[in-house]
Amino acid sequence: MSGILELKNLGFVYSQGTPFEKRAVSDVSLSINKGELIGIIGHTGSGKSTLVQMLNGLIKPTEGEVLLNGKNIWDEPKKIRSVRFKVGMVFQYPEYQLFEETVYKDIAFGAANMGKSGDELDQAVKSAAEFAGIKPELLQKSPFDLSGGEKRRAAIAGVIAMNPEVLILDEPTAGLDPMGREVLLSRIVHYHKEKNNTVLLVSHSMEDVARFADRIMVLDDSRLVMFGKTKEVFSVPDKLEKIGLRVPQVTKLTQLLRQRGYDIPEGILTVDEAFSEITAFLKKEGKIW
Amino acid sequence: MDFISIQNVFFSYADPSENPNAQNAVDGVSLDIKKGEFVAVIGHNGCGKSTLAKHLNAMLLPDSGKVYVDGDDTSDENNAYTIREKVGLVLQNPDNQLVASVVEEDVAFGPENLGVEPAEIRQRVDDALKAVGMYEYRLKAPHKLSGGQKQRVAIAGVLAIQPQCIALDEPTAMLDPSGRDEVMKTLIKLNREMGMTVVLITHYMEEAVKADRVVVMDSGKILTQGTPREVFSQVELLKKHRLDVPQASELAFRLRGSGVNIQSIPLTAEECAEMLGEVLV
Repeated sequence: MSGILELKNLGFVYSQGTPFEKRAVSDVSLSINKGELIGIIGHTGSGKSTLVQMLNGLIKPTEGEVLLNGKNIWDEPKKIRSVRFKVGMVFQYPEYQLFEETVYKDIAFGAANMGKSGDELDQAVKSAAEFAGIKPELLQKSPFDLSGGEKRRAAIAGVIAMNPEVLILDEPTAGLDPMGREVLLSRIVHYHKEKNNTVLLVSHSMEDVARFADRIMVLDDSRLVMFGKTKEVFSVPDKLEKIGLRVPQVTKLTQLLRQRGYDIPEGILTVDEAFSEITAFLKKEGKIW
Repeated sequence: MDFISIQNVFFSYADPSENPNAQNAVDGVSLDIKKGEFVAVIGHNGCGKSTLAKHLNAMLLPDSGKVYVDGDDTSDENNAYTIREKVGLVLQNPDNQLVASVVEEDVAFGPENLGVEPAEIRQRVDDALKAVGMYEYRLKAPHKLSGGQKQRVAIAGVLAIQPQCIALDEPTAMLDPSGRDEVMKTLIKLNREMGMTVVLITHYMEEAVKADRVVVMDSGKILTQGTPREVFSQVELLKKHRLDVPQASELAFRLRGSGVNIQSIPLTAEECAEMLGEVLV
């Protein structure tokens, strides 16, 4: 089965041919299936943002190709705009890009540019606002009167309104407090499940990625060093730590317990899982009843 | 009096004559911070922690109550400059704080404004950049640095003023784990080796557990405070206010609830493993 997005030997070098030449992505090949939620992790400078910006043609690869539904997105450079409608990108700190008079107009902007109008546009805006958890009464407000978390969700709604086949979010929870993070992530997961759309989530928060992603891409120093099921990736915490990433505390804990010789499964990602595995183990050992 | 003394401070952003029912951003806070102490302040957005931080160097003045820095009243205008030399503030977004196009010029900005002698500025800039581990980057352009590096340059910019206290308002919120580590290691080093008083406002519990004292704020008030272990043992209280607790603490708390003999709540994975090891002996 060919995926919705396929990357073939994808590479990118900034300022190629100048003294400032810098490689950001090297030789990434992979395939993403329709309906997957993919987490992308890696420390700053590992190439995550550059990689995702190539997926909707914002920057043109210096090597290799990006196939969207089997077709190289740069086959017809003049049609690259349509790729950007199909692969929606939410940048870091999207709330700084709000500019319209009302939240409604801001959410409608992208969809209107795609040529939507009238009822269709209205539908798209309202449904996007709902997915993003923006209450109807907020739609006529100025986007600048919203709270930080609401602003960010309004900006995300603007991309959702374009009904992209693939939604890419670059660090959507950065700078939000724990509650804002929780609300935003649950909206994204809800959107993903309802629409069965492909979602790529670039995140620094291992806990978030661990909870939601089907598969995880790990980037280090411009290379794809791991791409696998979430549990598989987190069952090698040493490897992740070596490249400057941190695993959830409970994952670390269960690894330490295994090292002490206790029979607790690897790849535990959440407090709930850890709690049930450890209580089961303690019961077996006769330490609790 | 301690180095910083916050005495029953109230502050509202709204003008009380226009909106008498507006909620206070800081609602009756008293807090003393000792010289050389490392204090972490946690709480939701809107709980008043940033507003409180801005009171530490007279960026904001209390509507009522007093803030004293090294014995000086912040509400006395004549003290503003001395206070700002004593307490440096680092903000969340590194891009909003860097002003020059070369790292060392950026760090020199503060002491230049204070009229420090050029030779001394050179010395201070070098020392500050070395203290944050950014000396090799002194001739680079700030916009080419990573977030963690930028934030360390911003900290160096404050250090060059030679303050006694550095207050940081979510300095790591926009950074990745390794950038956060860089900043935390820098702060711990400044605190332990140079005796710098540090007030760190953060959302990250794993940062708060490294402080001497954790202060939890909610709705403009101090909800609870104490050593990290004292604070994070109150899992129910923190959860009720929808605050994060380190996973290890939460897990231990729940295990204790199901009858596991756990004396003190662990803060790290290592402590938790140690504790379970003892249970399993």
